[in-house]
Amino acid sequence: MEQHQQEHHHHLPHPEMGPSEPTHTPFRIVSPKTYLIIACCLLFLTASTTAISYVELGVFNAVVAIAIACLKASLVVLFFMHIKYSSKLTKLTVCSGIFTFLVLITMTMTDYISRAWGRW
Amino acid sequence: MDSHTIAAQTAEPAQIELEHPPFLRHHFENLAQQREAATFGMWVFLLTEIMFFGGLFCAYLVFRNWYYPAFVAGSHTLHIWAGTLNTTLLIISSFTMAMAVHAAEVRHRVPLMRWMIVTIILGVGFLCVKGYEWHDEWVHHHVPGLNFSIEEFTHVNPAYPGDKPLAPDMAEKTQLYYSLYFAMTGMHALHMVIGVCLLTILLIRAQAGAYTNGHIAPVENFGLYWHFVDIIWIFLFPLLYLISRHQ
Repeated sequence: MEQHQQEHHHHLPHPEMGPSEPTHTPFRIVSPKTYLIIACCLLFLTASTTAISYVELGVFNAVVAIAIACLKASLVVLFFMHIKYSSKLTKLTVCSGIFTFLVLITMTMTDYISRAWGRW
Repeated sequence: MDSHTIAAQTAEPAQIELEHPPFLRHHFENLAQQREAATFGMWVFLLTEIMFFGGLFCAYLVFRNWYYPAFVAGSHTLHIWAGTLNTTLLIISSFTMAMAVHAAEVRHRVPLMRWMIVTIILGVGFLCVKGYEWHDEWVHHHVPGLNFSIEEFTHVNPAYPGDKPLAPDMAEKTQLYYSLYFAMTGMHALHMVIGVCLLTILLIRAQAGAYTNGHIAPVENFGLYWHFVDIIWIFLFPLLYLISRHQ
């Protein structure tokens, strides 16, 4: 009876567990040096986006500003929020969120643009 | 007999803690799965927040396209130094929050508290700059619904002599710009206030050693929230402050 109970409750955390294994992703501690480098990149990009806004680029001012903002957001998501070191499930969750957000923007804009309300 | 009692009979004390730490909830198989589930849940919440702010960004996108001159005039009344300073404060606070998570991961209690305190100070600093800006808008009659006046926009702006003054109907549209400005920065500021309050609670618990015994999930997941609020501002800043500054 005791032997049966010992075999049944076997909860040692082990990389090669059975089919009920929840995740393969090792727990990785990101170094402070990485954080510092990314923070400096972000500060540099902030200065650039402010500086570039004073240069005449026509319609590309908005494009460049959004592109730099997307780059900064990617750095924060990948390194500060640890997505680069996350499991596939977490990565998929983030990507599906971005996809849904793009659907929100795109479908709303197609709705407005396709109706001739005299604005476009 | 439950699993904990079995483990107590068959294993050494250090191994028991490794197998079944007190903060491991019984409906999870092991600590890794518990952390993964908590992080997944936090991300799903953040995605709903992205959709929430996404609606406001969509409105901004449409009205900026329809009434571009009004948006340019509105944007030129904002202080670019304040926006840049706020962006810098938030980026540094994201760094300090990441360092706080790291301190929890390596189980250093005092550094964890120090990094959390710096993050709180930077967050409050951001809110102070924002408060100053809002007061400035109020003084200049830029608050829709309170004391809004198009007076300033129907005359030449001395800081931007190249800008033509707006016709009255386009000048009225600056109210849309300021409505969106206050709605978006207001929602963002509310998220900052909630973040600072939560972080203060976490700080008190961290002082008691709650997050330096391996139970890092609350600090980690609050870090996700804080970085998300930073990302929202990263997008708000160029959209609201940097419209056509090249003149």
